[in-house]
Amino acid sequence: MNSTAADTDIAVPRGQTEGSYLTDGYSVRSWLLSTDHKRIAMLYLASITFFFFIGGAAAALVRLNLIVPEGLLGSAEAYNRLFTMHGVIMVWFFLVPAVPVTLGNFMIPLMLGARDLAFPRLNLLSWYLFMAGGVVTLWALFSGGLDTGWTFYTPLSTAYAKGHVVMAVVGIFISGFSSIATGLNFIVTIHQLRAPGLTWYRLPVFIWSMYSLSVLLVLATPVLAITLVLLAFERLFHIGIFDPAIGGDPLLFQHLFWFYSHPAVYMMILPGFGVVSEIIPAFARKSLFGYKFVVWASVSIAVISFFVWGHHMYVAGTSLYSALLFSILSYLVAVPSAIKVFNWLGTLHKGYISFDAPMLYALGFVGLFTIGGLTGLWVAALAADVHLTQTYFVVAHFHYIMVGAMVSAFFGGLHYWWPKITGRMYPEMWARIAALIMFIGFNLTFFPQFILGYLGMPRRYFSYPPEFQVLNVLSSAGATILAAAYLLPLGYLVWSLLYGDKAPANPWRATGLEWKTPSPPPTVNFLVTPVVTTGPYEYPPPERTSG
Amino acid sequence: MNLWLPAASSNAPETDRLLWALLLMSCVVLALVFTLLLRYIVKYRATSPLDRGSVSQKTWRLEVGWTAATLVVFFGLFVWGADLYVRLFQPPQQALKIYVVGKQWMWKVEHAGGQREINALHVPLGRPVQLLMTSEDVIHDFSIPAFRIKHDVLPGRYEALWFTATRPGRYQLYCTQFCGLDHAKMTGSVVVLSQPDYANWLARNGDDSTLAAQGQALYMRYGCSGCHGGNGVGGGASGSTVRAPALVGLYGSPVALAGGTTVIADDRYLHDSIVMPQSEVVAGYEPIMPSYAGQIDEEGLLKLIAYIQSLAAQANP
Repeated sequence: MNSTAADTDIAVPRGQTEGSYLTDGYSVRSWLLSTDHKRIAMLYLASITFFFFIGGAAAALVRLNLIVPEGLLGSAEAYNRLFTMHGVIMVWFFLVPAVPVTLGNFMIPLMLGARDLAFPRLNLLSWYLFMAGGVVTLWALFSGGLDTGWTFYTPLSTAYAKGHVVMAVVGIFISGFSSIATGLNFIVTIHQLRAPGLTWYRLPVFIWSMYSLSVLLVLATPVLAITLVLLAFERLFHIGIFDPAIGGDPLLFQHLFWFYSHPAVYMMILPGFGVVSEIIPAFARKSLFGYKFVVWASVSIAVISFFVWGHHMYVAGTSLYSALLFSILSYLVAVPSAIKVFNWLGTLHKGYISFDAPMLYALGFVGLFTIGGLTGLWVAALAADVHLTQTYFVVAHFHYIMVGAMVSAFFGGLHYWWPKITGRMYPEMWARIAALIMFIGFNLTFFPQFILGYLGMPRRYFSYPPEFQVLNVLSSAGATILAAAYLLPLGYLVWSLLYGDKAPANPWRATGLEWKTPSPPPTVNFLVTPVVTTGPYEYPPPERTSG
Repeated sequence: MNLWLPAASSNAPETDRLLWALLLMSCVVLALVFTLLLRYIVKYRATSPLDRGSVSQKTWRLEVGWTAATLVVFFGLFVWGADLYVRLFQPPQQALKIYVVGKQWMWKVEHAGGQREINALHVPLGRPVQLLMTSEDVIHDFSIPAFRIKHDVLPGRYEALWFTATRPGRYQLYCTQFCGLDHAKMTGSVVVLSQPDYANWLARNGDDSTLAAQGQALYMRYGCSGCHGGNGVGGGASGSTVRAPALVGLYGSPVALAGGTTVIADDRYLHDSIVMPQSEVVAGYEPIMPSYAGQIDEEGLLKLIAYIQSLAAQANP
């Protein structure tokens, strides 16, 4: 699709014709002070993998505790601190950053035909801010932790909770600046650094979703920062903001918190939409069905997601009319999500579908996202939510979106671009097995929780009535399978770094500028600036082969 | 494994019908998506020699079609869910009022007759009951899955929740808003008794004095009568003006405030006027009442309000 113009005025920089970004310096310094978006993406990949397994370990202990009704860990205090740790780490140090800072950081300049992000130094600073926030938060969690839940509801968090609430909040506050800087960097890059001929409607959907995500990061994260500062002020100096005993309003905190945290859910899932919209056309050998609809669905999700925060508060004591308004807006934001699912199905229609691991993950994403999305309609219905909210139904619902769908998309994208990123192929059979196990393990873990929720089992319970035990044991059993599915890629992907086959420039015969440069790419990305003449996803029907 | 949850309130079967409709809709959509997905990935697998024919480039008819269809279905669900929800905001006039106070980590219940319970709530069958709930510390949530209702219980506010129990029995009660260390222990049971059994229960557990009578004792003890007069008749001259308004007939009636606005003297207003007396001063009076925040606990406040309410009943028989 994209012809490369042999512009003679683009000089090939010093000694870059042979090596890749991976061979451009081997010292620790050459990594830690690199301003190359690809190296920074790798720093991020190592960091979020670390956080993912910390958060996962906390989840494993939570599931372990719930095997018996009286709580296997024997300590409600330990349990409360564990699920808080799980939530804090997973939300702010894995789910929100995961795809943007790794795959986004690596791929945005490549997909745009650019040399780097618009602000390479700011990009490096973002990583340091992220790590600083992460270290402070981990310190808070490991030096005793806190038991507020990741939602920090007041006045529990400001006046009653023991533990390192302020330290954890400071960590999240710091990492928020990393999000804002990353969002700004992406927005400017996408506006300014597109290759000649790469018009907005020729951009891959992944770029559009990164753009929508960045708008959310830049607009919503400051609200979280303000909220956390107010929380810290009330806890430290007893300034009455949220605690009614000193003149505050406890619902004010929830409004501010969800004004960030609902868009945050879309920050997690929009990148997933983007990844899957790349993978499905590539493995169906077919143009994305309804490209413009998918693009504008992302944008409208980003906009509407700012106006639905109140659906977290149907039973919190807000007014009847606000609940009605938030309910109808919540249904409205579900429409573009439904549109996307139909468009992915439309892409499969009359395609030439092959089932490499990225595609298996993408298909898993579609299935899990559909279940997560449909159950979202249950909790958007006001009277149904009154029964289901704050129970395991909600836990299951948001894990289907944020873990089932989003983590599937992350793994899908990681496998899809792994050859490009590392220059190595991963072992295909192992990857397909892992994708399958992940789908099965996930459903076994979280599907029983829908039933638990309907039966009334509340969230965040260290112990529970014995009639809920069977479903809890099922869920914990599923979690062990899920854990295996997460550990498997860690093993074979590391193996492939050392022993994997060398990857060609375009192993999937995919469209997109990132495949027009060697794997792994040279530090400068493109030796010659590419020129784009066609839209994305122009897959020709395959020539007849024996297959 | 018991996969059945009793439906024990008038609201429960209606909520269940909505949930069944949601389940049906989800299964239909899921079946559609998975059928198409599986059909396409089998039929159009790369190795299939099937002739694909031409691929239509005009997608907008389909797009508009399924967007419109989704909107219509969603709007229907919204209306259904909203209709039931609106009723939760409309308690019947004659509902039996019971007070609930949440604190870390127990539920305290006060009946009008002075009966008290902890982590239990006895209610009569077939009669609307309205719970008036507040918290002494953090946010809790009063949840009865068998009735399909729950509501957050906030400090510094009265939140209401109403239901009509339709099946006698004992049902699980949970706190569902994380409230600290022993959140999982903040449970109890709701006992639905037939009306005669309920009357017996009230009689057996009756204190010597009703909630209002206990409130009257507090009214004297905290010196409220010094300004508001014995039996709340008002008075207490301070120079040329009357120091404090009368409380007789106050409950449920409109009160003109100093700022020119008018509020209804409901539980919230009376509660706040005792703990934050400067915030809504009655027109024509000096803001001289001291705050009782921290001196009278939430249960004491409930009793005082019950007493003031009883004064209104005396005034308008």
